[in-house]
Amino acid sequence: MTRVLEARGLAKTYDTGGAEVLALRGVDLAIERGEFVAIMGPSGCGKSTLLNLLAGLDRPTAGEVWLDGDRIDRLSEAELARLRRRKIGFVFQFFNLLPTLSAVENVELPLLLVGRRRKHARRTASELMHELGVGDKRAAAPAQLSGGQQQRVALARALANTPHIVLGDEPTGNLDSAAAREVLGLLRAARDRGQTLLIVTHDARVAAAADRIVALRDGLVSDETELQAARPVALPFESGDRA
Amino acid sequence: MRELFLALIAGKFGYGYELKQALEQEFGELLPALNAGQIYSTLARLERDDLVVGQHVEGDSRRKRVYELTDAGRAALARWIETPVPGMWLKDEFFMKLVVVASAGLADPKTLIDRQRREYLQSLRDLDALLATNGKGVAAELLVEGAVLHAKADLEWLDLIEHRLTMREEPT
Repeated sequence: MTRVLEARGLAKTYDTGGAEVLALRGVDLAIERGEFVAIMGPSGCGKSTLLNLLAGLDRPTAGEVWLDGDRIDRLSEAELARLRRRKIGFVFQFFNLLPTLSAVENVELPLLLVGRRRKHARRTASELMHELGVGDKRAAAPAQLSGGQQQRVALARALANTPHIVLGDEPTGNLDSAAAREVLGLLRAARDRGQTLLIVTHDARVAAAADRIVALRDGLVSDETELQAARPVALPFESGDRA
Repeated sequence: MRELFLALIAGKFGYGYELKQALEQEFGELLPALNAGQIYSTLARLERDDLVVGQHVEGDSRRKRVYELTDAGRAALARWIETPVPGMWLKDEFFMKLVVVASAGLADPKTLIDRQRREYLQSLRDLDALLATNGKGVAAELLVEGAVLHAKADLEWLDLIEHRLTMREEPT
């Protein structure tokens, strides 16, 4: 398998006016191509810090981040920004769609930013929105869409540049349970088409949509589990039940 | 099972196969394959305890029996309906196992907790897969949603157990 994203001995210390806070204390993590991985842990466990470091949005105190075979934690801000645009798709808890652009303009923006022609960008954006069930919402402003629809648009935007990896920060954290289940279904569908995904969440149900769950506690990986295909579920009726 | 049967019989499902169908209708694929033997042995026990009475249907050559409640059966059903169902939260096999196995020094508590957490996470996957399938009834769907909530609560509980046990191990 090909390694898409890797953390080696990743540590992050925040200096909060005298008191040093150890947010991450040496995390090793490797995401292979085509994997859907969830980092799970309670608030304060370091999962958001970890995601920011992996995305090159923040710099580690120690350790290394490798994306697609290149070490990225020492790159300049400009190089990082260029890398993110081409290789990483983001899905956020609060969608982060640009409110003054229409839905389809939000989706085509990452394509235009890497120099795609306007016509090609529009066609790709429209196709993606259609696939994600929001094909009829192209002209809508984000504020006119429900949370679930906004997250579908955001997912289309994340997938627009066929990124090496999609990173999600509590991607269903602001959705009701029905919309959350739909978005999780779409993430799994993306994975089934070969997309590599990494999400962080405090919600075990969300994490259980992934193929592999990495439990983070106090800035360290405390456990890791590979989920199997769903097992059959049945009511516990037994023969000779205490009648 | 026994009170469920009383309620179904009171609801005019008098034949064994009707009871089975009624349960299947509500719970669909969640219901394990109930064989006729299980249904009829439960009915036989209810009849032995004088809670139901079965009669052969006149003119039915297939020896089918139709059941109805006795007075005692109606009283037992009424008591069951009026009595709230107690919660079973103190009954937890994993926790008993953890306490006894850990205090006997037979296994590392963290290992047991991690293994149990993996089992619950896999259960969440199993349950959500079931919700994603079509054609299940409202009752089955609500039951599975309930199971998901319980599994999430148990996962939180595992975190709490682990946190407390770790604090005890690291004196400050």
